[in-house]
Amino acid sequence: MQTELSSPHDHSGSSSRVMMLQVMAALLPATLVAVWLFGWLALLQLGFAITACVVIEWGVLRLTGRDGSAALDGSAALTGLFLALVLPAAAPWWVALIGALAAITLGKQLYGGLGYNPFNPALAARVILLVSFPLQMTTWLIPLPLPGGIDLAHFSNAWTIFTGGVAATGQPFDAITAATPLGRLKTALHGGATVPEALAAAHYSLVDALLGREGGSMGETSALALLLGGLYLLRVRVISWQIPTSYLASVALLAAIAHAIDPDRFAPAPFHIAAGGLMLCAFFMATDPVTSPVAPRAQIVFGIGCGVLTWVIRTFGGYPEGAMFSVMLMNCLVPLLDRHLRPPVYGRGAGSLR
Amino acid sequence: MHSWQRMGVRLLGGLLPLARPWVHPEMHEDAAAAPIESAPLPPLFVVPVRQHIGESAEPVVDVGARVLRDEPIARPQGYVSAALHAPTSGTVVKIEEHAIVHPSGIGMRSIFIEADGEDRSTGGWEGWPDWPERDPAELRERIRACGIVGLGGALFPTFVKLARDPRHPIETLILNGVECEPWLACDHRLMVEEAERIVAGMAILRHVVGAARCVVAIEENKPDAAEAMERASIAGGLHDVAVRLLPVRYPQGSERQLIETITGRQVPAGRLPLHVGVLCVNVATSAAVADAVLQGRPLTERVVTLGGEAMPQPANLRVRIGTPIDFLLRRQGLLDLEGIEIIQGGPMMGERVLYPEAPVTKGSNAILAMARRPVEPESPCIRCGHCLQVCPAGLMPNELAAHCRNDRFEQAEAFHLFDCIECGACSYVCPAHIPLVHYFRYGKGQVAAIRRARAFADASRRRSEAREERLRREQEERAARRRSRRPAAGAGVEERKQ
Repeated sequence: MQTELSSPHDHSGSSSRVMMLQVMAALLPATLVAVWLFGWLALLQLGFAITACVVIEWGVLRLTGRDGSAALDGSAALTGLFLALVLPAAAPWWVALIGALAAITLGKQLYGGLGYNPFNPALAARVILLVSFPLQMTTWLIPLPLPGGIDLAHFSNAWTIFTGGVAATGQPFDAITAATPLGRLKTALHGGATVPEALAAAHYSLVDALLGREGGSMGETSALALLLGGLYLLRVRVISWQIPTSYLASVALLAAIAHAIDPDRFAPAPFHIAAGGLMLCAFFMATDPVTSPVAPRAQIVFGIGCGVLTWVIRTFGGYPEGAMFSVMLMNCLVPLLDRHLRPPVYGRGAGSLR
Repeated sequence: MHSWQRMGVRLLGGLLPLARPWVHPEMHEDAAAAPIESAPLPPLFVVPVRQHIGESAEPVVDVGARVLRDEPIARPQGYVSAALHAPTSGTVVKIEEHAIVHPSGIGMRSIFIEADGEDRSTGGWEGWPDWPERDPAELRERIRACGIVGLGGALFPTFVKLARDPRHPIETLILNGVECEPWLACDHRLMVEEAERIVAGMAILRHVVGAARCVVAIEENKPDAAEAMERASIAGGLHDVAVRLLPVRYPQGSERQLIETITGRQVPAGRLPLHVGVLCVNVATSAAVADAVLQGRPLTERVVTLGGEAMPQPANLRVRIGTPIDFLLRRQGLLDLEGIEIIQGGPMMGERVLYPEAPVTKGSNAILAMARRPVEPESPCIRCGHCLQVCPAGLMPNELAAHCRNDRFEQAEAFHLFDCIECGACSYVCPAHIPLVHYFRYGKGQVAAIRRARAFADASRRRSEAREERLRREQEERAARRRSRRPAAGAGVEERKQ
């Protein structure tokens, strides 16, 4: 019987596993939206990615002579859930499998496993997939509620991620796909259109963006569902307010200023906030405890950095979306930020900020 | 493992207080309603020679000596030390090592007194009802003679804190009645039942240090204590005492955190509360000061809370110093210690009692009986930052623990390892169940050992350098003497030889 080595002799009852469960619970709204939009397809993707991540984690642990039961600590399952949510709904099975392999081996275990990875494993995997399979990773299915979508309520249609064609019609998916709002905007601006023209031509509606009835990765499309989950995470204190607040505020501020200066060239703030992976990144990726700073002031700088980079990449970069790259770029600075923006130590320095 | 129910509560986010950076352990105020009773006297008392911060006391009684209660049995050695007094009348039967409450399980030289059952006292010193006319230095000496130390747990000899320093006058006297650890109720009951004694001590302490204002700090969950203290202050003629009700949060009762809450000022690192013009004294210490000055009674007893989930009857007992802990447990009807962990102090900062025959000392504020729980294995740090959010010292516990664990002591010191007050808040909230406080203690111990070794090496080096210097000088002197005996003409030759 092992006993406590020293005080305290009590514990709050929190545990890493419960924290992982809380993050999964926070992703529930976004996951449900994905299921609402993509039906069986979403369920298949989710089940496949989660299973793949847990099994691969267990395999890597056993291969490296460690306790395989750690694969069930919730972190691998969470990585699988994240991975599924950042994939296009129609991504073929092998894309998800390679993603899971990349996430667990290159994204996590290579660095020593849980707690040591510099980047969120699911994000690292998505970058690897995006540069390796650009076509499959940017083939956005039109969600079900839109006209022209295919009926994904049929399991046989969803099965295409394993077979490569729609069973009923034999058509491949790319006949019924659409670009994301950010992608359409970027293309239109390159074509010489103004922002209002581009948005009008694309039938852009803020309500659709908030609800998620837009092209995009499975879990990133509904800003509202992600906001809901984010607020829950704040409430149960898995994340603190610094990162999401500073991240979203800096994107909104930059977008608003630029839009005020030249409304024809710069999209308005609400468009930016509701678009793409920003909400997912602000509440779930940038706040990933392992890969973000722990010191509150460092978190604020980190969030601002993410926000500035996101807006800059979206506005001037080659990719339509920059949230993921921004978070990963800022992840590189975490040790530096944590080291130089430490909390004020009691009795050292002028007053406490706490 | 925690129950599914508790997990459900966590998932739903209920019951989580929104305030940070404090922790809010469940307070378990079971003993708060138990009036103070006198504990019976055991047949044999064991009085360890060091029950305070500083040097051990030196026994002044021999084996076979007959002692009366309140008689000095050990005198302080050096400045930071405290006297000990016989807890009852009887015979000194031996002076040797005995088990004490210590995490390492080491014993301590102790004075064993076999009680004669009569419990007669010497009557102590003369009481000084005229203390306001007396010189503060005289009062301070009395407090020293009575062996009074900080009863809140710090065990620092009280008279040392009362030294007047013209460069740092004391403006504020804070009476600490916060008692922020779960289960503890000894100070709470003392305030409710014996507020007059505490207030009398406050008046004396104020006179000794010349403080302009007095604040009594009490947590909001003890309104009855606050009311009693207010009434007693007015009855005692102290109309300007402010009783402050503070939010219930941990570690509010820690001296430095309390000073910041009350005065808004932080005690600079490495300095003392007096450097910000504050004297902070626990309420039980204040009551002991009143006994010492008004009645000439030394410190031979204290109130101890008996509680914990496995304690059959929660109680607050007035216990003589030197009473074996297991004697008290038996009195409470706790006979079988199988599967039970006995803790001295609160769950956050208390120490495990490895040997129940260890005695109650001046620092025993509580004896808790807890059901032994399996310890969750440590899992990797996921950098959630909760430890940093709750650290009252503003440290980064996750990082410090990693440094200590990997023997990077210089780094740990550079990140202010020694500013850690070991309050346990970080370990309490850590979802990875990393025993952070354990790592900090290990680190501090290792650093201290390194410093000692370094000091020893420095001293040796200085000694050998001094010796070489002396030999060189002696040689030179001999050479000079030789030169002075020789004719002056040979001097040049001599120099060339050298």
